[in-house]
Amino acid sequence: MTLRVEPGEVAVLLGPNGAGKTTVLRALAGLLPLADGRVVLDGQLLDDTARRIRVPVELRPVGVVFQEYLLFPHLSVLENVAFGLRSRGMRRAPARRAAGAWLERLGLRSLEDTRPGTLSGGQQQRVALARALATGPRMLLLDEPLSALDVSVRAEVRRDLRRHLREFPGVNLLVTHDPLEAIALADRLIVLEGGRVLQAGTPAEVTGHPRSPYVADLVGVNLLRGKALGDVVEVDGGGRLEVVGAGNGEVFAVVPPRSVSLWRSQPIGSPRNVWAGRARGLDLLGDRVRVRVEGRPSLVAEVTPAAVAELGLVDGADVWVSIKATDVRVYSA
Amino acid sequence: MVRPPQPFNPVLVLLAGLCALFFVLPLVGLLARTPWASTVGIMSDQGVQAALRLSLVCSLASTVLACLLGVPLAWVLARLRFPGKSLLRGITTLPMVLPPVVGGVALLLAFGRRGLIGEPIAAATGLGLPFTTPGVIVAEAFVGMPFLVITVEAGLRSMDVRFEDAARTLGARRWTVFRRITLPLIGPSLAAGAVLAWSRALGEFGATITFAGNFPGTTQTAPLAIYIDLESGQLPSAVMLSLLMIVVSLAVLVALRGRYLGDA
Repeated sequence: MTLRVEPGEVAVLLGPNGAGKTTVLRALAGLLPLADGRVVLDGQLLDDTARRIRVPVELRPVGVVFQEYLLFPHLSVLENVAFGLRSRGMRRAPARRAAGAWLERLGLRSLEDTRPGTLSGGQQQRVALARALATGPRMLLLDEPLSALDVSVRAEVRRDLRRHLREFPGVNLLVTHDPLEAIALADRLIVLEGGRVLQAGTPAEVTGHPRSPYVADLVGVNLLRGKALGDVVEVDGGGRLEVVGAGNGEVFAVVPPRSVSLWRSQPIGSPRNVWAGRARGLDLLGDRVRVRVEGRPSLVAEVTPAAVAELGLVDGADVWVSIKATDVRVYSA
Repeated sequence: MVRPPQPFNPVLVLLAGLCALFFVLPLVGLLARTPWASTVGIMSDQGVQAALRLSLVCSLASTVLACLLGVPLAWVLARLRFPGKSLLRGITTLPMVLPPVVGGVALLLAFGRRGLIGEPIAAATGLGLPFTTPGVIVAEAFVGMPFLVITVEAGLRSMDVRFEDAARTLGARRWTVFRRITLPLIGPSLAAGAVLAWSRALGEFGATITFAGNFPGTTQTAPLAIYIDLESGQLPSAVMLSLLMIVVSLAVLVALRGRYLGDA
């Protein structure tokens, strides 16, 4: 897996639990040895397994904001922030002054003598950020920086965090499993699954062109893959879709669930894509009902509760599916 | 939290009362026979003073020794993986269950004038541990240190090691991490372990008399003096010293209650 992040940009690693996000972060920080690979920061080689180079954790110009912040409970807020400078040999007085300036910048000055245990989640996060930034790192790593917070304060803390990350001139790499957080914070979104990069790009690019079931689920669309020949896509696993101008070769076809119509008998008229299937599972989602239809191909339809009643849709019912060719978006795989 | 009152069980209460008496009566007996009138006389006795001073100095010195060597051992047991670790832990905590006299004999066979390493050391330097004040300290450390080791090891195991990771990413080297993060975080365990080791050393009798002997002024600690006084018919000073030991032990117990033995 290759990962390239530019300075000044906020890159977000997004993926389900167990995708390897935290492992990437710990490897970059030097807390985990690489099995095989290279890490270069700003031209400085940090890891190269081929040449047996490994810069120890404490010598890396890397700041880390840990998942539960890990503020030292026996030190005051000021001492927490000054810890990195003291560890790097700065004398007590200047270290405390520099730490105080960071606290000022993050609006925490009044809390400098308190112990971290008494702070709110949002305050702890800012202290953790100040502590990580105080040593002047060239790369900032953040592991699920919002997951330890109450849902009620997340939006506000996220806004603040976004502003602080924008001000940091180095490389920002943030890890999360929360798509909303990822899209809100990212300049560049990198989707990981099973230790591999599935997709990378701006949030708009990634969500506009899903290339994996994970991203398609996230955005809430049907993602089909197949071979295109003119205006027809032969879907992998069976079925064919008539579309508008698919070109040739391997393609993804995206079908919004709201564009899928369901019928109890074969519809007659304009739709060019019509096939029979069986309803499997109905879920009420807000004011819509999501119906999974097994067929060739299988997909999810979203209809109104009224339509469900009118059609007498139940689990296991035989249905007909129709989609307009113009509602299918196709791009090359 | 308010607990609902427990149903009264007369049998249990009676047995509990008997149990309490079992502990209270000896204390009362001691207090009843305490020669309050001659307190000043006994306390100003040189032999008594020497025994008390020796007890204090040796138990504190053995506690320092236990901290200096026991904390590293606890760290090794808690953090490193190596073959034979359970065996090592077993051997180093054996003195907790061993009769102290046996510990004294074992110490003699290792560090005595004819001991495994005691003999070559004595031959080379003329120095020997048995029947000296340092010998008392060694004997007390031998029986007290295991308490510190298991307490500190438990503290290290329950500590969140990610704090150490965080310190390293901030640029702290190994020793800085240990000194500024690890030690303060296990502080309560270290304090509890040190007090346990110290109180065990203070009351040490068997290993001391076996390994270090019973020389007034150099190896005769308070427990030894109590025994000798009793044997030689000097009941008043034996009782007085005993009472002092009880006061000290009680103070330790009260100091530890909140921290180590749970809330009472």
